[in-house]
Amino acid sequence: MGDMDRLRWRCRRGLLELDIVLTRFLDGPYEALSSVQRDTFSALLTLADNDLWDLVAGRNDAQTAPEQEIVERLRQA
Amino acid sequence: MALPTRKFDAVVVGAGGAGMRAALQLAEAGLKVGVLSKVFPTRSHTVAAQGGIGASLGNMGEDSWLWHMYDTIKGSDYLGDQDAIEFMCRMAPEVVYELEHFGMPFDRNENGTVYQRPFGGHSRDFGAGPVQRSVCAADRTGHAMLHTLYQRNVRANTVFFVEWMALDLIRDASGQVLGVTAMEMETGEVWIFHARATLFATGGAGRIFSASTNAFINTGDGLGMAARAGIPLEDMEFWQFHPTGVAGAGVLITEGVRGEGGYLLNKNGERFMERYAPTMKDLASRDVVSRAMATEIKEGRGCGKEADHILLKLDHLGVDVVEKRLPGIREIAKKFANVDPVKDPIPVVPTCHYQMGGIPTNYHGEVVVPTPGNVSTVVQGFYAAGECACASVHGANRLGTNSLTDLLVFGKASGNRVIEYLKENPGHKDLPADAGEVSRARLARLDGQTKGESVFEVGAEMRRTMQAHCGVFRFPDMLTEGVARIEEVTERVKRTEIQDKSKTFNTARIEALELDNLIEVARSTMICAEARKESRGAHDRADYPKRDDESWLKHSLWYAADNHLEYKPVVLKPLTAQSFEPKVRSY
Repeated sequence: MGDMDRLRWRCRRGLLELDIVLTRFLDGPYEALSSVQRDTFSALLTLADNDLWDLVAGRNDAQTAPEQEIVERLRQA
Repeated sequence: MALPTRKFDAVVVGAGGAGMRAALQLAEAGLKVGVLSKVFPTRSHTVAAQGGIGASLGNMGEDSWLWHMYDTIKGSDYLGDQDAIEFMCRMAPEVVYELEHFGMPFDRNENGTVYQRPFGGHSRDFGAGPVQRSVCAADRTGHAMLHTLYQRNVRANTVFFVEWMALDLIRDASGQVLGVTAMEMETGEVWIFHARATLFATGGAGRIFSASTNAFINTGDGLGMAARAGIPLEDMEFWQFHPTGVAGAGVLITEGVRGEGGYLLNKNGERFMERYAPTMKDLASRDVVSRAMATEIKEGRGCGKEADHILLKLDHLGVDVVEKRLPGIREIAKKFANVDPVKDPIPVVPTCHYQMGGIPTNYHGEVVVPTPGNVSTVVQGFYAAGECACASVHGANRLGTNSLTDLLVFGKASGNRVIEYLKENPGHKDLPADAGEVSRARLARLDGQTKGESVFEVGAEMRRTMQAHCGVFRFPDMLTEGVARIEEVTERVKRTEIQDKSKTFNTARIEALELDNLIEVARSTMICAEARKESRGAHDRADYPKRDDESWLKHSLWYAADNHLEYKPVVLKPLTAQSFEPKVRSY
């Protein structure tokens, strides 16, 4: 349980919007990700809340193609 | 076996704006400071603050701390303590300039001074006209503040314990606070943080309501710990609500939607605001709109299967207006309400936003409790600042931008008071023999519970009960029933059970421990609200629609052990200014 729980906790944020979207993502699309994609998702979680929300809300795009791929899925979540 | 122990001069619980401002004051004074935080400090809920910091810099025209003070007292509906309010308003410019010198990227004027934006409720010359008083960093003031304070704390060698949850306060037989117990999430181990001074900055507890803008971490941990340790909670009936949050999610829909011509409908498709406010209709003030929405729901005209929300219609505005004038609304509605508002109405409900009450303190951030002959006796070694504290500067309702002012001023002031106290009180007092026993017993109960209750279900029942019985507009029958219901929920919380007993990052255990804290906040809110037979600020009762200064110009104090209430007078005498006598409020 440890790793998944650790990840779930790191989806607890300062912004409610992110709490909701990230939890939804973790409960759904996350399972189908490859291990490389999962690492990319974990790396995105280290972003500051407002920067991450700008990506999810579509105000900005991610810096790399693999990150953008995850961001697109977060936008759908 | 005794729990492992770490020793600090000061332990700060919570690493949002107040906690980090306090920690900085302590660390820069050369003290050994430990800060406990459930999440990485820059992910604290302060990050959600967009409005700005209220401070009478006078950069945009004449302003004075006395006018700021007047606005704050009027906003508080005269329940705020005028000594604390004077202190905050006088200190505000100083803490803002300090933050500027720490590197906070404030918006600026052409001439290089810090820009100040207008904000509702801020006036010049005691209500004569609006004044621009809010300093900001674009729409991410809270975010910039957290990053600035975090960097500065790292520089000052503050020790952060990230992903640690404080569990219980440690008090000795005299009542002095000697630290906290805390659990490291990574290992599940419980430690004692033995401190000469303990400062709570744990934020609000808006998650007691099913409709809340608060992040999931806002579970009132400091309030729960204080209440269990015998400290009363003050003015817990006062919560600020916003009329239109997305039902079931809490994300806010800006009031601009109604400004642009959106309107509210009940289940019969009736534009009900025409009945409540024939002239202003959907553009009536927040409290009028919230009250009307709550009345519609209470009288069975709510929408949806549970008849528990209202619909906000804007499809008649057309795609162009929605996209151009209300940027982001379509995306928010799609994402959080699962509707496209250019086709279908958005389900909305009055949504909790901010907690005015909290752990009682004086304006130095010292926690104070009544003792025979003194309504405000200092609890030795215990401090609180920010949303978890009740100084009380917000009284019955908070003026916009004063949440950030509060956490900066009282974060710093409480830090300063701790420094003085530690000078006079050298060395650590011995821990009581049973230190940590309370936490160990709570954890043992939780791990050993069989045939118990689901944390999720009991939590949901608590939130539903608070929302329906003690929401933005309060009805006597609902409150009476609510008191009984919340006591039933409290009994269920005592029997929560978790299936996963593992030690490493057990989020089920954390959520059960958070519920122990939330329920104390919920109980205090319900009991205080039922008892206060008047309407004042954010406490709005259908059966007592008026403020009653003769009977109720006083603070509520709720005690967890036996659910009893006491009251203490409002401090009407400022430090140096003349007292502002209660008047009828109008804007």
